[in-house]
Amino acid sequence: MNDMRKIERDVKMADTKITARNVNVFYGETHAIKNVDVDIAENTVTAFIGPSGCGKSTFLRCINRMNDTIDICRVTGDIQLDGSDINAASVDPVQLRAKVGMVFQKPNPFPKSIYDNVAYGPRIHGLARTKSDMDEIVERALRRGALWEEVKDRLDQPGTGLSGGQQQRLCIARAVATEPEVLLMDEPCSALDPIATAQIEELIDELRQEYSVVIVTHSMQQAARVSQKTAFFHLGNLVEFNDTSNIFSNPSDPRTESYITGRIG
Amino acid sequence: MVLFAFTMLLCATMLAYFVNRRAALSIRAGGVQLHSLESFHGLFAALSVLVPVLVGILLWLALEGTAVDGFMLRSLPEGTFEGLDSGASQLIVAEIKSIAGGRVFGTPEPWKIEAAERLVRYHRIADWLLVALVATSATILLWFARRSVAEQFRARQSAERIVLGLMIFCATAAIFVTIGIVFALTFETIKFFQIVPITEFLFGTSWEPQIPIREDQVAAEGAFGAVPVFLGTIVISTVALFVAIPVGLMTAIYLNEFAPHRVRKTVKPILEILAGVPTVVYGFFAVLTVAPAIRQFAATIGVDVAPNTALAAGGVMGIMLIPFISSFADDALSAVPRSLRDGALALGATRGEMMLNVLFPAAIPGIVGGVLLAVSRAIGETMIVVMAAGLIAKMTINPLDSVTAVTVQIVTLLIGDTSFDNPKTLSAFALGMMLFLITLIINIFALRIVRKYREIYD
Repeated sequence: MNDMRKIERDVKMADTKITARNVNVFYGETHAIKNVDVDIAENTVTAFIGPSGCGKSTFLRCINRMNDTIDICRVTGDIQLDGSDINAASVDPVQLRAKVGMVFQKPNPFPKSIYDNVAYGPRIHGLARTKSDMDEIVERALRRGALWEEVKDRLDQPGTGLSGGQQQRLCIARAVATEPEVLLMDEPCSALDPIATAQIEELIDELRQEYSVVIVTHSMQQAARVSQKTAFFHLGNLVEFNDTSNIFSNPSDPRTESYITGRIG
Repeated sequence: MVLFAFTMLLCATMLAYFVNRRAALSIRAGGVQLHSLESFHGLFAALSVLVPVLVGILLWLALEGTAVDGFMLRSLPEGTFEGLDSGASQLIVAEIKSIAGGRVFGTPEPWKIEAAERLVRYHRIADWLLVALVATSATILLWFARRSVAEQFRARQSAERIVLGLMIFCATAAIFVTIGIVFALTFETIKFFQIVPITEFLFGTSWEPQIPIREDQVAAEGAFGAVPVFLGTIVISTVALFVAIPVGLMTAIYLNEFAPHRVRKTVKPILEILAGVPTVVYGFFAVLTVAPAIRQFAATIGVDVAPNTALAAGGVMGIMLIPFISSFADDALSAVPRSLRDGALALGATRGEMMLNVLFPAAIPGIVGGVLLAVSRAIGETMIVVMAAGLIAKMTINPLDSVTAVTVQIVTLLIGDTSFDNPKTLSAFALGMMLFLITLIINIFALRIVRKYREIYD
């Protein structure tokens, strides 16, 4: 019995982390997301691609309930994280967001020191009991963000003084410092130059070892490079969701094909 | 007559505009490419007529009175002012002027009536001269402007240069006025310090400015130690800020982050109305409502307080400052980029934590700037304290006591019969000077803080 389950798991490659069914999002009268179903697997990078305004960022923000902060936004449908509904009344969005970290399009370090930027999450969630605990958490997070070597001698300097790429890695380190299980990235490289982009992409691949990563991107090359699964959104609909290699080599929907070949978008 | 001169100038300006515009248009119609659009040719002509003539008229009007008076004085019989001091001779001049204005009291001497008639005549001549001057100069300028129209004439740059000059003038006008105020204050202050030593003013602890004005009056000796007066201002301002800063900041934080859209839409305009209430109305409120209430409350718990306490004046002043601080803080909080809010929320911060740890520190420069401006308003506020604070300067920091304020003293010192050569009146200028310097220093601090920490994010 036990053995059989093990075999089944190997076949599936990875467990499902997030299940979304029938998700609809409305901004006032606008129907931004229409009946989206997605399964996001553990230890996998899932890319959301699609033309501007297709709803991929909006859907991403459903996963950590960031849409709650927008007054006119209404979300319906079922999103489960590890089998429990994240929109249930018993779930505190504050605790959910500690489990589901997010990195934004534009690097947004707080106007504080590098150390305090990373320590912010652990501090508000009470993850460190002593100063040395906190030092350890900060160092680990900065190492995971591939930034430690560059900043270890100037942790007390403002995070806003770093370069754009460093700032974005600082934001990634800040997000992983709270030990999330899922990391959402909303076009994390769109404000960065190619070298910084390459560094972040490498980092995303490493982060996959420990987290489920969901990345929204405008660059199809980036989706092809970093992700294992790709979802194509168009006008609020999830058009196609499949292994990245399939989407790019053998798309089943004509709309996907025209997008990846550059005819729409 | 002056009105006629202005009308003439206006007509000349419009004429210049249309003449040059037409001239430029006709060059263009001949198939020549103009450097500037025809409207710029018109604008240049209009400005080059308007500005110099207007400056001329204003200068003329500023100097006319003095010049005419001078001519009139020279025509007076010789020896009129012999043996008179400056006050008495000014009186004669004033009498002549009032006769010229048609207000005759009693039966003035015939030479005064003659002088008045001459004065009227001189003024009429001066007015005609002005009109003639405007007419000639406007015609000459019109002619020059018309001659300037040519295909290569850079009318746009020239017109823009004139407008730039006007803008520079407007921008510096306020600064020059400030410098003028400082000078006016400085002279009187120096006169005061020649009578009362500066050390007594700065460090003396007794303020009794009621000195005799005439020799036969019975009054106190007079003492000009400004410390208790400034102490009173400090006590009242402190009370005001203790009310205004917490309430104002809480208001701003609530409206900015926690209030539902509908509440925000209602409360913000109400607060702005509060900022527009005349301070004299606040004064009524302090005297008629707050002060008796404080007194009654104190009486019920067995404490005897003065009828015009620093607490009442300061408390009401604090209410006056609430919208000031809250709107500054609200603007500062709104200026923090949305991305920082999202960043904190996405890390699992509550809205309170986000406000306290991220938004507030990022908005601090703006908030501090607003608070410091509120401080200088509290120090300079006059009407509320005149109505609600006391008149006697006491060395106390007890907010339940009656204290006076610098502005109150300035007002009382200058009200009524005053002559500008005794220390009682002059001390008002010294107080004003000190007040000016203090608010100046606070404002400089406020600006420096705002500059130093601005744009720390982004």
